[in-house]
Amino acid sequence: MSLATFKGGIHPPDKKDISKDRSISPAKPPKRVVIPLAQHIGAPCKLSVIVGQEVKKGEVIGAPEGFVSAPVHSSVSGKVIAIGEFPNAMGRMVMSVVIENNGKEEWTSLKDNPDYMKLPPEELRAKVKDAGIVGMGGAAFPAHVKLSPPKEKPVDVVILNGAECEPYLTADYRLMIERPQEVVEGLKVLMKILGVNKGFIGIENNKPDAVEAMKNAVSGESNIQVCPLEVKYPQGAEKMLIKAAVGREVPPRGLPMDVGVVVHNIGTATAIYEAARYGKPLIERVVTVTGEGIKEPKNLMVKIGTLVSDLIEECGGFKSEAAKVVSGGPMMGFALYSLDVPVTKGTSGILVLPEEGVVHAEEFGPCIRCGRCIDICPMGLMPSMLSILSEKGFYEETKEYNLFDCFECGSCTYVCPSKRPIVQLVRLAKSLVKP
Amino acid sequence: MDTVKKEHQLIVSVSPHIKSEETTSRIMWSVNAALLPATVMGAYFFGPRAVFILAIAIIAAVLSEYIFQKSLNRKVSVNDGSAFLTGLLLGMNLPPSVPFYIPIVGSFAAVVITKQLFGGLGFNVFNPALIGRAFLLISFPKLMTIWKEPTAAFIQFDAKTTATPLGILKEEGVAKLMEAFGDNISLYTQLFTGHRAGSIGETSSIALLIGAAFLLYRGYISWHIPASFLGTAALIAWIFGTKGALFAGDPIVHLLSGGMLLGAFFMATDYVTCRSVKIGQILFGIGCGFLTMLIRLKGGYPEGVMFAILIMNCFSPIIDRGFKTKVFGARKEIKESKK
Repeated sequence: MSLATFKGGIHPPDKKDISKDRSISPAKPPKRVVIPLAQHIGAPCKLSVIVGQEVKKGEVIGAPEGFVSAPVHSSVSGKVIAIGEFPNAMGRMVMSVVIENNGKEEWTSLKDNPDYMKLPPEELRAKVKDAGIVGMGGAAFPAHVKLSPPKEKPVDVVILNGAECEPYLTADYRLMIERPQEVVEGLKVLMKILGVNKGFIGIENNKPDAVEAMKNAVSGESNIQVCPLEVKYPQGAEKMLIKAAVGREVPPRGLPMDVGVVVHNIGTATAIYEAARYGKPLIERVVTVTGEGIKEPKNLMVKIGTLVSDLIEECGGFKSEAAKVVSGGPMMGFALYSLDVPVTKGTSGILVLPEEGVVHAEEFGPCIRCGRCIDICPMGLMPSMLSILSEKGFYEETKEYNLFDCFECGSCTYVCPSKRPIVQLVRLAKSLVKP
Repeated sequence: MDTVKKEHQLIVSVSPHIKSEETTSRIMWSVNAALLPATVMGAYFFGPRAVFILAIAIIAAVLSEYIFQKSLNRKVSVNDGSAFLTGLLLGMNLPPSVPFYIPIVGSFAAVVITKQLFGGLGFNVFNPALIGRAFLLISFPKLMTIWKEPTAAFIQFDAKTTATPLGILKEEGVAKLMEAFGDNISLYTQLFTGHRAGSIGETSSIALLIGAAFLLYRGYISWHIPASFLGTAALIAWIFGTKGALFAGDPIVHLLSGGMLLGAFFMATDYVTCRSVKIGQILFGIGCGFLTMLIRLKGGYPEGVMFAILIMNCFSPIIDRGFKTKVFGARKEIKESKK
């Protein structure tokens, strides 16, 4: 049986074995957390606490500004000890709130509402918004925005993204194995908010037990379908996933909404379930700490704002060969220059790579026009031409080759036998020309 | 915090952080390896002289690249195997009887003029080995068209000169060719094993096919160019191959003789000078097949593979411009804009 997929893509070693059998365990409570006020795509939050103020778990410390924004909550109970600019995983300085943890784990208010499914869609949407939920696969786009499609773009399908196509990462996999029911409940909330009666859960087939677990969990739901996908990067890219699961192609530079689809990540779905049922804000998430350079790989439930250095310590520290620490997956994650950066809502993993697995400013050769990048580009672009034009400074001309349709999955750079920094040259061109 | 090595020097670079193990030099050396069976058969049929010619062509190619790059203070890239490959391919495309200075001249023309002067690997417009051969054919027309009879044993120094199957076909017709080889079956068998006159590396069809199968299996070449090249040539050979009668030609003779297989699998598929988009590759292959047969059947030379590929090399940039890939989801956009 051939599995659902898209055209193109690459097959990097998936390296999931390193962490896939470690159940999700709560990370040690951090002594202090550094919570950035901008953890999402969109406007940063407005600060709503002052230094010295006592806060509880789940208390709003940053209020959203504008529609495309999401509130930020305290992930611990304790005292605000500093407010200022701190580095984030992308290497930028962002306004952040530092809170000293008093260890009491006092919540603002959490109440169980088992009848949450009876709430009207608007109320559920408001709960998602108030919980500060953003896309937890990495992009961190505010979830409620995707749940408010304009009238002219009717949505009829919700897809949960369980592809987890980035090598190494196992956070979503563990959630599907350990909490399949919550994932399904989250999907049902999403479907209710959008008034949709078709749900799909797309899972790469290198996780047969996750496929099995999810199939069992949806056995009573006639309108939800589990869709095993071919193992291929970037299977979890929104457009590729939609193509694979329902066969629709999002037009260039369009949104999933343009073809009636809303996609959410597995982690996001569980967060939405918790928000709908308990009113629990997004203050913690599963983070896979893995890679050949970490002593004890783990899947940890981590409070937002916990420093990466705390997680490395909890996982036994580095092995001697550790050379690079990446926030996110190896294909699209960010290399950290400091371990004193916080886990944010979009941090799916902390990856410690050894020296030999690391690609950095190495010499590269000329394009030999082998066409590998063209064959595998999931967007049907010609990365070789983009890289040649950008390398020679013909930035405007890159637009003829659909520069702005590239979503920077990095597959071209992975396969290039000349080791050319193709996606980097694409980014360079993007930063120098206007769409 | 203390257990974390704060002094640890972290490497920072932009994503992606992993890369495939494929390298340009691994590809080039694999193609060299794929040519090994045909090289061995060439040595077997044409003796030590053939081995010398191959060796000289390779050494001259690698040395001229080295000297050129050294003298211009460029990074020396002879280790990537591409100059070696050019030398090997050039040698395989030479008659086994040429004087030893011929491969030197040819390799220089191939590596320095065709490749390095155009900017080095990746920037040459034409297939270097074929320009080298074309240069020699035009400069030394006599020397380049003396063919030796193959011998069954490795050691034989004074083989008779003879004509290639295509030469016989061109000058004297298919009946004479059959006569020269005995019968149909014997002709096909000898063309298949390579027991025929021709360039050193082009004669053994079976050896070339083994190498080609390896490249296809490893994904270093795709079927698009060879299939469209050979398919077009076979079709034309079948339809127009016999004078005065349509659909009476013998495509097998045409496919297995001359440089058809060597050209279709190893020369037309050269990454730099063929096209990278699949539909462009098919057009490129059809053009090669058509031009080869045009030259063979109507042109002044018995063999047309070399010029066919070189002419199609000229069209490559235009094919590239005309046939870009379709952007994901693009068709829908066109529909919408029409509304």
